[in-house]
Amino acid sequence: MSSDTLIDATWLDYLLVAIYFGFVLGIGVMARRSVSDSIDFFLSGRSLPAWVTGLAFISANLGAVEIMGMSANGAEIGLPTVHYFWVGAVPAMLFLGVVMMPFYYGSKVRSVPEFMFRRFGTGAHLVNAISFAVAQLLIAGVNLALLAGILHALLGWPIWIALVVAGAIVLSYITLGGLSAAIYNEVLQFFVIVASLLPLTLIGLNRVGGWDGLNDKITAAANGAPADAAVAPASQQLESWPGQALSGFDSGFFSVVGIVFGLGFVLSFGYWTTNFVEVQRAMASNSISAARKTPVIGSFPKMFIPFIVIVPGMVSAVLVQEMIDLKNGGSPEGGASGEGVAYNDALLLLMRDVLPNGLLGLAIAGLLAAFMAGMAANISAFNTVFSYDLWQRYIRKDHSDDYYLRIGRLATVAATIIAVFTAQIAMGYDNVMNYLQTLFGFFNAPLFATFILGMFWKRMTPTAAWMGLVLGTVSAVTVDRLAAAGVIDLPGQGAAFLAASTAFVVDFVISVVVSLVTKPKPASELKGLVYSETPREDRIDPEEASYPWYRRTVPLAGIALAMVIVLNAAF
Amino acid sequence: MSDTTGTSDSTGAPHKAGAFDIRNIIGLLMGVYGIILVLAGIFGDKALEKTGGVNANLWTGLGLIAVSAVFIGWARLRPIVVPESFDRPDDDPTRPAPQRKRPPAT
Repeated sequence: MSSDTLIDATWLDYLLVAIYFGFVLGIGVMARRSVSDSIDFFLSGRSLPAWVTGLAFISANLGAVEIMGMSANGAEIGLPTVHYFWVGAVPAMLFLGVVMMPFYYGSKVRSVPEFMFRRFGTGAHLVNAISFAVAQLLIAGVNLALLAGILHALLGWPIWIALVVAGAIVLSYITLGGLSAAIYNEVLQFFVIVASLLPLTLIGLNRVGGWDGLNDKITAAANGAPADAAVAPASQQLESWPGQALSGFDSGFFSVVGIVFGLGFVLSFGYWTTNFVEVQRAMASNSISAARKTPVIGSFPKMFIPFIVIVPGMVSAVLVQEMIDLKNGGSPEGGASGEGVAYNDALLLLMRDVLPNGLLGLAIAGLLAAFMAGMAANISAFNTVFSYDLWQRYIRKDHSDDYYLRIGRLATVAATIIAVFTAQIAMGYDNVMNYLQTLFGFFNAPLFATFILGMFWKRMTPTAAWMGLVLGTVSAVTVDRLAAAGVIDLPGQGAAFLAASTAFVVDFVISVVVSLVTKPKPASELKGLVYSETPREDRIDPEEASYPWYRRTVPLAGIALAMVIVLNAAF
Repeated sequence: MSDTTGTSDSTGAPHKAGAFDIRNIIGLLMGVYGIILVLAGIFGDKALEKTGGVNANLWTGLGLIAVSAVFIGWARLRPIVVPESFDRPDDDPTRPAPQRKRPPAT
């Protein structure tokens, strides 16, 4: 029986998984009953130490994207993947903390659709709410596909049964109140993931003969690969710049431009500054100063996460037989999807090959927790936007609270069922990172352009906002379809970067042009919504100046920036 | 645990977060994992051919026990005092589940 499965787990591994879920559900149950006011205190997030909110902040996306996507990318293209962290996430998180957060906090906006409604009215709100809901369903599908992949790898079930069971698990997790103890979960999840991925990385490096051994093996593999496998040369896999393997451009110069503008500015700034699943974590703080420090503190651990997700992917590509075959252009049998090995399997296969039972269970617990919490967050965000922003505002107004709660429950179940189908789309991608970046290009890039313009330019009009959003998304989809049809030929994530950049530019230009010929809102309605109309005292924390330097936002952000520049130079 | 659930009266000692302090929870989970992995490392299948000759369970277990000790020690030395009054948790629209009240109306 166990020989049919990808991973041989024993009772010991299941024990470790069970302990984790016992903890999480136990805290969830206690939180619902509020057996202690300490729990309420922690869940309210007020005056929690900054390291807790900082970890919760990065834990919120330390799921499918980070773990599977980054390791898949590490296996496929190697070290240039670090740009997602050192050009993408970290500068964007610092920007969020230093520039955007005071404004968000001061304006008391609590969600993206809410901002859109107050700033631009119905049109932009409707477009944004629909696109947000669709994006959540698609991303929930990614998490579900990865969750089902683990079930398949563990138990050997056919993939569609695994999908349905995984969906049922997530539904029961939401219903049992796993999310109500979210801040505990997020912090625990961070430690479990680090506790399993750090040994995995070290053992993996030990097996290939350390960092030098890894370099030698990647060089040998790249030189020995058949030409039609289109493996990037070793020099591109082992140096982060100029990163042609990531961007797909032949020219080093355009590659750097593509990475800095496409990935760094549009995708990452767009993702981190408009993704309220993350921003919400920071907004829960008790002062502007704490809200600003949350992403800045989160950026310190974030800087080092590439070492425990990308390096195992690179090790996997030269150590695991199936991955070696795949990279040489073969199509080995097996894999978590049951339809052949894909780069997404890099981490799971490495775990199978190097982790003893025990540590294996710890790693499985971490992965299951990450995907489950990730999908639960997507479904909950969908639920909120669907029930309150769409159903209540546009379809059935003025019903009782119970009515909307019922709608919310139906939406949760419906979203889970839909995710089983959107998971099929995700499974069609060999490297889930390509898919995710494509989605972010469709939804986040135009939103970021509209947001930035709307916040800093009071002349921008409601008509411009919704037209920019619609045409931005349409242009990104067009670029993606052209790339799929082979008209634009960019391997790696180049097509996604191009689609995102196009969406940003189109949205920006359309918004400016349309704004100039339509009527803006009066300035009196823009207080707290546009930078120049928000009083300065709403944006600063009077106590910040009295803190020692290591508790102030700007010096901390400066240190983080210096560290990330050193990391960029070193690799 | 009685000291964590009692409400502080007017004369009372400061009310500590105790067992629900997030550092104690982290320390407990890491400690349980650490002990299980150490036992697995000593008595279980060491799978040395997989790890390249390192007893990975044992070393990870020891590391986790050390992390656990740091967190529990930290929580002992600098306990978090729960204030007399604080804002009850609001529904976070991105992670609701059991609804205490409706998300903020827009």
